[in-house]
Amino acid sequence: MLGFIESLLAAPTVAPALLIGSLVAVTSGVVGVFVVLRGQSFAGHALGDIGTTGAAAAYLGGLPALYGFVGVGVLGGLAIEGLGERARERDVATGIVLSLMLGVGALLLYFMTQRTNATGGPVAILFGSIFTVDPSIMLPVALFSLLALLLLAFLYRPLVFASVSPQAAQAKGVPLQGVGLLFMLALAIAVEESALVAGALLSTALLIGPAASAVRWTRQIGAAAALSALLGLLAVSVGIALAYQSYFWPPGHRGWPVSFFIVLLVLTEYLLARLLPARAARRVLPRREEAA
Amino acid sequence: MRNLDPVRTHEDSVLDLQGVAVHLGGRAVLHGIDLSLRPGEFVGVIGPNGAGKTTLLKIILGLLRPDEGTVQVAGRDVRAARSLVGYVPQSFAPDPDLPLRARDLVALGLDGARWGFSLGGARRRAKVEEALSWVDALHYADQPVGRLSGGELQRLLVAQALISDPRIVLLDEPLANLDLRSQGDVVALVGRVAHVRGVTVVLVTHDMNPLLSVMDRILYLARGQAALGTVDEVVRGDVLTQLYGHHVDVVRVHGRILVVGGADAESLTCGTCDG
Amino acid sequence: MGLWQTLFPSGLFTASFMQNAWLAGTAVAALSALVGFFVVLRGATFVAHAVPRASFAGAAGAVLAGGDTVLGLAIFSALSALGMAALGTRRDQGQTTALVLMAALGLGSLFLALGGAYAPEVYALLFGQIVGIGRMDVYAILGLLLLALAATALLYRPLLWSSVAPDVAEAKGVPRRRMEILFLLLVALAATAAVPIVGALLSFSLMVGPAAAAAYFGRSPGQALGIAVLIGILSIWLSLVFAYDTGLPVGFFVAAVTAVFYGLGRLWAHLWQIERGRGQVPV
Repeated sequence: MLGFIESLLAAPTVAPALLIGSLVAVTSGVVGVFVVLRGQSFAGHALGDIGTTGAAAAYLGGLPALYGFVGVGVLGGLAIEGLGERARERDVATGIVLSLMLGVGALLLYFMTQRTNATGGPVAILFGSIFTVDPSIMLPVALFSLLALLLLAFLYRPLVFASVSPQAAQAKGVPLQGVGLLFMLALAIAVEESALVAGALLSTALLIGPAASAVRWTRQIGAAAALSALLGLLAVSVGIALAYQSYFWPPGHRGWPVSFFIVLLVLTEYLLARLLPARAARRVLPRREEAA
Repeated sequence: MRNLDPVRTHEDSVLDLQGVAVHLGGRAVLHGIDLSLRPGEFVGVIGPNGAGKTTLLKIILGLLRPDEGTVQVAGRDVRAARSLVGYVPQSFAPDPDLPLRARDLVALGLDGARWGFSLGGARRRAKVEEALSWVDALHYADQPVGRLSGGELQRLLVAQALISDPRIVLLDEPLANLDLRSQGDVVALVGRVAHVRGVTVVLVTHDMNPLLSVMDRILYLARGQAALGTVDEVVRGDVLTQLYGHHVDVVRVHGRILVVGGADAESLTCGTCDG
Repeated sequence: MGLWQTLFPSGLFTASFMQNAWLAGTAVAALSALVGFFVVLRGATFVAHAVPRASFAGAAGAVLAGGDTVLGLAIFSALSALGMAALGTRRDQGQTTALVLMAALGLGSLFLALGGAYAPEVYALLFGQIVGIGRMDVYAILGLLLLALAATALLYRPLLWSSVAPDVAEAKGVPRRRMEILFLLLVALAATAAVPIVGALLSFSLMVGPAAAAAYFGRSPGQALGIAVLIGILSIWLSLVFAYDTGLPVGFFVAAVTAVFYGLGRLWAHLWQIERGRGQVPV
């Protein structure tokens, strides 16, 4: 076992992947608890796809993909937040923004394939790979993570209040729109950086999965955020280890995709959370009476 | 169970509950409920939060099987008598852009559960117009429901419940979210329609005061038990003290009735607060 | 005449692949708008996005197993719809939709990786392929359209009631859960027909865009449904013309045209509200 871990960490692609994966898992896990609490899973998922379009635009324009992801992601988030007030209206508006951005993305990817005459670019953007992360983006990704978490820390109390009981919060003077917009900003940053390093698929899995599991086990929001980050970390690190190991597996020793393992682990955690309800989990985890 | 009305199972009884008990998660939500309601009678259901009001409605609607006892509507098992029970839900807040006019909503009450498109034509239209006229909603029949006020919507929901000619209509907290004037309007409307059409009304509410002028009997629920009778018979210190299991005072001020509890005053006064 | 020739060059209507495209496109647009009407009514846009997207994994699996890609699409869209119904609760439909989608895409990435580097027919399914439609595909899509028409006609009233007022409908004998499952299967049906034509990423544009716009234009359910189908068909026609003229992917035009219709709908509702607000008597 120890030998396996040693060889794992010695592999040149694994250590950076673990480092950046952990960063993304923690940020997404913490932000995800609020996404789940506010019922914004669709927006959280849509932002990953929207950022992909931004990345394609950046690629065509010769800019770093990170700025494409974050720039277009933030714009998309603001559009989603601004277009819908009521739940159903917001749902449809999110869909239309996503549909339009996917359409533009299709156009840009078409231009990319025309130019490079290969599907490598689109595939990398759509599915991403944590093993091929460029080490130079480590610092900006870390800074963006920090920014998102600081924003959440700043918003924490009004955000919890506005998410749990919006009417009461409004009566107490919490500016719902302002809180919603700032949270959307934090969400967009968190989703886009994970979409960049891990692909749009994993960005949704790491945002929703650990958080949905965590809130089933504890109602205390701070504890849920910590647990969610932990579950995300667990899925990412075990997933990376399995993906590394899978190069020795059939068929063809080409390795199984890391995204498959991470999603599998995240889903296992979620199904455990569904099957082992809070009453069983409460023996293990602290649960205070109806925090918030 | 303290029933101040002798238990009767008349031929003409609309709703009969005999020894009904419901346990949820090891807790008795309702137990020992016997009651019998007459045609055209207006019954207010009052009780603090968690007293079992919603559970009682679910049982009468046939959505929940009681663990013990029987429930009959017009002498038939509830599930066979679904068409005889009308229902007005607690909340209905359509979006402004929902493509549904007032008349479409009411029409769903007539045949919304049937398969296929409706082929009723003129007769169906006339029936919808008639139901709209009962609740004085003809003048906004073609407005989208999402742009109506709370009181206007509430009247439509009453029409939707009445259009299938039920024997009994259940209203779940219809007065919550309404201003005082609309509360009075809805209560008067429901009382009038029940009287004219001979429909039994079961109206659940937090506050009995808006109902005092129209209510024939009151069903007071607490701790999963019930007391049924006229207001003067039930809303008395001794009756409610026994029901709640600890001392309760009934105070009458300016024609309003307040129920004041000793031990946990907050939950008890909620029996009279305005939703 | 120059503009006319540019807009409608020869071959747009006469080339046999374009004739297939017109037929299949029209049928898919009508079918998607029909199902989309209920999608928008129920606020289930995420589901409409996730089911076609998840079905993509089925196509990848079919390529790996050497089977028919459309069969793979059908199986995965139905399975993901049923998975969402099984896991979903009233409170957290979004979470379970996301997680079922993730499960399918996780499998999809595995199938793609195991299946080898390059599978052009799979990537075609991502963005659709309007020029590759054969006559048999057209018949298959028309068959699916008829099936969906029959199902919608049968389900119309209970599904409508359960979508707009679920509490009352349930109390009057329309079970909410059964309606949810039937609705999700309708979405799966639409996805199976639409994905080969407009692609896994953009088939939901045809479901959501026209129906969302129609909700603003139509006042009664019947009107909104009819307008949704009209807008859907008009959108695909415009997109086909533009795509043929420019050679750009048809999915882009579908997304752009339906978004324009949605914008017009919102503008219309806005103006109408101002108009009504002026003459309104306070109630």
